[in-house]
This record gives sequence, structure tokens and C-alpha cells, in this order.
Amino acid sequence: MITRILSRLLQAIPTLAGVAVLVFVLVRVVPGDPVAMMIPPGADADVVARLYAQYGLDKPILTQFVIWAGQALHGDFGMSISLRQGVTGLIFSRLPATLELVAFAATLAVLLGGALAVFGTRYAGRAGEAVVDGLTGFILSVPDFLWGLAFIVGFGVLLPLFPISGRNDPSYSLGLASDFILTESFLRLRWGVTADILAHMTMPAVALALPLAAMIARVLKSSLAEQMAQDYALLSRVKGFSRWHVIVAEALRNAAIPTVSLTGVQVTFLVGGTVLIEKIFSYPGIGSLAIDAVVNRDLPLIQGLILTFAVLFILINLLLDFSYALLDPRLRHG
Amino acid sequence: MNLTRRGLVAGGMTLALADRILPIRAARADSGTVTIAYNVGLPAWDPTVGPSAVNPTIQAIYQSVFDQYIGQNPDLSFTGGLLEKWGWNDAKTGIWMDVRKGAMWHDGSPVTTDDIIWSLTRAGDPKGGNPIQFIWGNLSNFKADGSRVTADAHGYDPALFKWMAFLTGYVLPKAYFEKVGAEGFEKKPIGSGPYMVDAFERNAFLRLKANPHYWGGKPAIDTVVFKFVTDASARIAEIESGASDVTLEIPYEEFDRLKAKSGLKGVTTPVSDIGMIFITNVEPAMLDANVRHAMVKAVDKKLLVDKLLRGYGIPIDTLEAPQYAAFDADIKTPYDPEGAVKLLAASGYSKDKPVKFTIQTTRGFKPKDYEMIQAIVGMWRKVGIDATIEVYEIAKHYELRAAHKLAPAAFYNWGNSIGDPTTSTGFAMFSHSPHSGWHSDDVDALIGPLWGEADEAKRIAGWKAVDKYIADNALVLPLLQYVQPIIHKAGLNVVPSVSGALLPARITRA
Repeated sequence: MITRILSRLLQAIPTLAGVAVLVFVLVRVVPGDPVAMMIPPGADADVVARLYAQYGLDKPILTQFVIWAGQALHGDFGMSISLRQGVTGLIFSRLPATLELVAFAATLAVLLGGALAVFGTRYAGRAGEAVVDGLTGFILSVPDFLWGLAFIVGFGVLLPLFPISGRNDPSYSLGLASDFILTESFLRLRWGVTADILAHMTMPAVALALPLAAMIARVLKSSLAEQMAQDYALLSRVKGFSRWHVIVAEALRNAAIPTVSLTGVQVTFLVGGTVLIEKIFSYPGIGSLAIDAVVNRDLPLIQGLILTFAVLFILINLLLDFSYALLDPRLRHG
Repeated sequence: MNLTRRGLVAGGMTLALADRILPIRAARADSGTVTIAYNVGLPAWDPTVGPSAVNPTIQAIYQSVFDQYIGQNPDLSFTGGLLEKWGWNDAKTGIWMDVRKGAMWHDGSPVTTDDIIWSLTRAGDPKGGNPIQFIWGNLSNFKADGSRVTADAHGYDPALFKWMAFLTGYVLPKAYFEKVGAEGFEKKPIGSGPYMVDAFERNAFLRLKANPHYWGGKPAIDTVVFKFVTDASARIAEIESGASDVTLEIPYEEFDRLKAKSGLKGVTTPVSDIGMIFITNVEPAMLDANVRHAMVKAVDKKLLVDKLLRGYGIPIDTLEAPQYAAFDADIKTPYDPEGAVKLLAASGYSKDKPVKFTIQTTRGFKPKDYEMIQAIVGMWRKVGIDATIEVYEIAKHYELRAAHKLAPAAFYNWGNSIGDPTTSTGFAMFSHSPHSGWHSDDVDALIGPLWGEADEAKRIAGWKAVDKYIADNALVLPLLQYVQPIIHKAGLNVVPSVSGALLPARITRA
């Protein structure tokens, strides 16, 4: 297992290097000069030249890349042009918000998708299955950001159940040590804070989770249908176990492998989906940071963020591989 | 009553939860708080360095925490800031500034002449990162005598003191800044302004507490929360749901809808931000005065304002809005489509044989920007101008403008919250400015002597003459002055500023 982990980690290095080169080149060929955006009124050529020099943009691209790559290898992604802070620190301060949002959304998606699949399987061939199919089809046809806007109107304005923006109520100070405020507040038993954070996360998380939940429901229901036709499932039924029992206790684990595979891939999309959702809900994660970075042509920040997203994708895929092994003994011992 | 073990556990859990949740609910009910759903986030705290220092939309936050050397009233007129009095010496070779007595930093220490000298020296340091260093670098040889600071000027700049109420014109605490450093200042900024930073979560919110020792008097609202809600639809939802008390920069149709709702009020004011079309002399067609004049005459600005902006805008004829120092109501560029047709015919153009060029615009950067350009292109088409619309992002506009590579026509908005002609017509039309579109020696010859004109009346008259010359030669197409919509709860009074800065210190209970 350790060899397998090391092997996958080694494979990730060229991937990240490729992403780094690609990102570095791409952000320099897209329209928009970051220095042009900050030239003050009345600035002369010297001022403009000084600005280029200040951000190292006066050097040839190759030199810029070598400098940046050298710093990046030491964990230093440079200074954000628009925020005037270290990119690494900025990303680390905002990453926990996104990770907690993604984890919450993924949990909701798995629970909701799983429940729908089990329900649809239980009532296969009956109205219950048709309801599940219709519902998942409808959910899939609406993109996550539209769900977000609908929730803002529905549960933020018309029936104001949840906060519309932010990560926590600004009227009090959290007094927490880390940026994983949901986790930390829960572990410190400050459940009022936890409840407030969850209330703020609910609408963005559900908006992110719904399409994934629908997809999980469809794939899992299909896998469950296959498993329910297997001999062992029929034998259980013959032995007198209820249909619920056979589905949940026996078929579900076997049906989970293709679903886990799909979920893993989709969670990476879910991470990408945070960019829009965080913007809509003014949620302070790396998704909204990415939009601001692009709008401001903040090259160091864009590079750092894309690399962060790449690392996240790689890590999620690694976790996915290991979860197969846990679920499927053939892979574990193969 | 039977008390079961399960009931006891459940009751205990309920009490524990209530104990942990209720304090937050109580805090939420704090009536001394006003929450503003704000349209931009605050990137950085130092208001004198970096790109955020020249971002007009965040000046309201800076002005809440920091004092400027010179303040501004809601109508753009100037008033004392941390300087009580100021002026040039008789020879116009240096300046004097009387520092306000009794002003204190948020840590309780007094604001001194050292702070003023240090702030101006730092701002003028070419290596300091102040984007307006070219203005502050004009001053040197600072001296303090009592509460008076004097400095030598390398040249007379009639707008110098106006800049002290403008971008980067803030006084920072010397001793505190030197003690904590730039990074420490970003983590815990202090100023001498009406509000003190209580909590700041980047990109989420900023909570401010009223400064009880503020030299201008303690603000009426004890706690102000800026919620950074960059999406307009979310800001509308914030105010509509009651989660926020004030918001701004929302679509005009939503403004009209919300202000009609019970419990909400709307206030608008024309702000120091104009919509305009740069005309560049990069293509031969734009060198033809008939074509340029036809471009201007064919645009019905009032119709644009009425139909696209629901009347929230003021048509303008020069780059000077009515509140600016060099505004001249006598300069007119009337809507005259027949005149446009005749001018184009004189140059051999007609509807069948139109003059063709590209017009660049942003889409969604300013209210109805793309729709406005679409309408203008439609108006032009009727007289014999066939313009192709090219949509670009604002970042691309800056890049092209700095490289003098804008299309023959390019839409832009220009802010000028000090209302001086140098910072509107001057920088937009002087060819040596990196922000100008039209480059010609005749305009430069008119503008050049005005930069250092010591006679204020003569200076303003000179700028009016420049504006007239530009209008007479159709070297730019001014469109409209924008109007800022603010929606707030009926229980508040909100005083808008022509500068566009929504200042919490000007919010009171109704």
C-alpha cells in the first residue's frame, strides 16, 4: 500500500510541473496587463517602468518563470499584486473555508443521493422510482449557480431561513485559533457558532450538492438494480429478509464502487463549482478569491490558485484510489 | 410528572444547546449596529500604497478609519481634515499646513506634526509604492514649528491640496506603523478616523466601532458592519430580507422597485463618475472632423438616460460634471441627427456608404454599458456611421489605453471625486498622460501651461477654454454623469456624497 501511495505521489510531480508551466504561459497570453490597471492618472513613463520592475514583469518571460518556479519550490508563490500579501498565506487562509464547504456539500450530496437511490430501488417499477427519476432529471437540468440564485430568493428573501452571504455572523467575534472554523467550533463544543456557520453554509452547500446528489442517485440506483438481480440478493429475499434490509445491508456496499468512482470525479468538479457559488454567496473561500484574482489580473495569485486547485484534484483522486481498495478486497490484495 | 432517564438526557442536551446558541441570537439583536451590504471587498488596509489605494470604490472604508489631510463635504467642497488650515507661500515655492490640535490615533496617542511629515515623506518616496508618488514627490525639506508644518515644492501645483483629499491622501500613524511594520499594520490597522477596526475578515466583512474620541464628534451609529457582497442580486436580497440595512450600486429598476416597498427608502445623487467615449486618432476616419462631429451630434444622450437608465443620469457635454470646478454650462453639443447627416455627406458618407470603424466597450462593468453602446451604434447607423462593437474586459481597456492602441471609439467611465479639471479633462486629453485617447499638439499646447497656472481664476478659465476647444472639435464624446442609487431601511437617514463614498459617519437614525 505504501509503495502504491509513493508511486502515485511521484506521478503527481510531473502533472503539477506541467500545470505550472501551462498556467504560467496562459496567464501571460490572456488579454489584460496587470500593471496597466494600476497606472495612476498623470503617471509618466518612469512611473510605469517602476511598476513593471516592482512586480518583476520587466524581465523576459523565461526569467520570470525561473524565478517564480524557484520560489514556488520553496512554497513561496510571490506577492499578490492586488492584495499586497503573500500568495501562499492568502491561499492557506482561504482554503479551509472552501474545504469545509466542499466537504459539507459532498456529505450532503452523498446522503441525499444515496437516500434517493435506495428509495428508488426499494420502489423500483413503481411510482416511487418514477418520482426519483423525475426529480434527479430536473435537478441535473439546472446548473448549481441557478440553484444558488433560486435559494437566495426562496430561502433568503421570501422565506428568510438562512443567511444570504458570508461564512459567519459578523456581529460577534469567533475567537477561534484556526481557519477551519466549522470543525474547530464543533470540537470546542461551541455549538452556537457551529450552528451559525452551518446556517451560512447551507444554501451554498446545497446548491453545490444538488447536481452531484442527482448524479449519485442515478448511478447508485442503477448499480443497486444490478446487485438486486444477483443470486446473493435473491437468496436473502428467499430467506425472508426485507427488501430494505437487502438493499441497505447487502447490496449497497457492492453497488458503491462505481458510485465512489463517479463521486470522486464529480467532487473535483464540485471544487471547481465553488468559484461561482462562493461569488454568489460572498463566501470567503478560494473560489471567490480566484474570481477577484482574474478580474484584477493578479498573475501571482492566479498561478498560486490554479496550482492549489490542481493539488486538490490530485489529492481527491488519490483518496479515491485508496477508497476503492478499502471497498473492494480484490484491489486491496491484488 | 414522571421524569425518565431519556427525558433527563434530552432536557440536559436542550439546555446545553440553548446556552451555546442563545448568546449569538442576542448579539444579532444589537440595535446599535448598521449593516451595509457593500459592493466591493477591501483588498488591503494601507490606503497609500498598491493598486487598492487608487480604487475609488473602497475610499468610503478608508475614510471611515483614516483621516485625510483635507476633508470633503458631500457636495465635493473642501473642509478641514487633519489639517485645519493650509496654503502656498506667497512666492508659490512652498506650502504650509496647520495640523489639527486634539486629534488622536485609535490607540489614544496624539496626532502630531511628525505623523504628517512622515506620511508625506513616505508618500513621496519613489520606492515606497505610492501610486500617486508623482504628486507627493513634489514636496521636500519638511519642517515643523509648533503645529505648523512647512515644505518646499519643486514646482507649483494648483491641485496639490485637492490631492490631499483624494487618492492616497491619508495620514498614517508614524510611531505605530514603525513599531508593527507593514504586515502588522495590515493585521491591526489604526487610524484617526471616525471609526475603529473591530474585526476584519477579508472578503467577508469588516466590523467598525465608533471612535468616542473623534475630533469631529462620535458618530451616531455605534457599530457599522460592511458586508462584502459583490454580487448585485445578493445585495438586493440582503436588503430585501432585512439582513442588511443599507446597500448601493444596484440596477436602477431594482432601485425603483425596492424604494417603493414599505420599510425601505431610496436616495440618489449624481456622483463624480462620468460615462464617455474616447475618440482616438489612430485611424484616418477619426482625423476627419466631420465624422467626429457627426458621431457626437447623432447621439441622443437624454434618450439614453431616460430609456436605459430610467432617468438616473445627467447628460453632459464636456468631461466636466456640473459639480466640477471647471464646469461650463454654456458649452453645448446638442443632439442634431440632420446636422450629422449633412456633415457626413460633406465627407462623402451616407447610410448607403457609411463610414466604418470599431467601438470598444465593456459589458456589465457599468450600468447598461453594452446596451448603451448598442443604442449609440443604432443612432449612428441612421446617419451613416457603421460601427462594429467589440466587447472587452476592463483590464484589456487599460492595457490598450496605456499602449495607445484603443479602437477609434472606446467606452469608458471616468471618476474625479475632487472635481478638478486636471484630473478629468487634463489626464483624459493630454497626450503625455497614459490615460488619454486623443493625442494632438494643439490640445497639448492649450493644456500644457495650465498645469502650473498660479492664478486660480485664470486657471479655471483656461480649462473651460480647453473644454470648449475639445467640444468644438469633437475630440471626445462625453455621455452622462452617473447617479448612485442607495437603498436603506426607513429608520435611517443616509447622506450620499457626490464623491460616491457611502460614509457610515454620515448615517444617522431617523
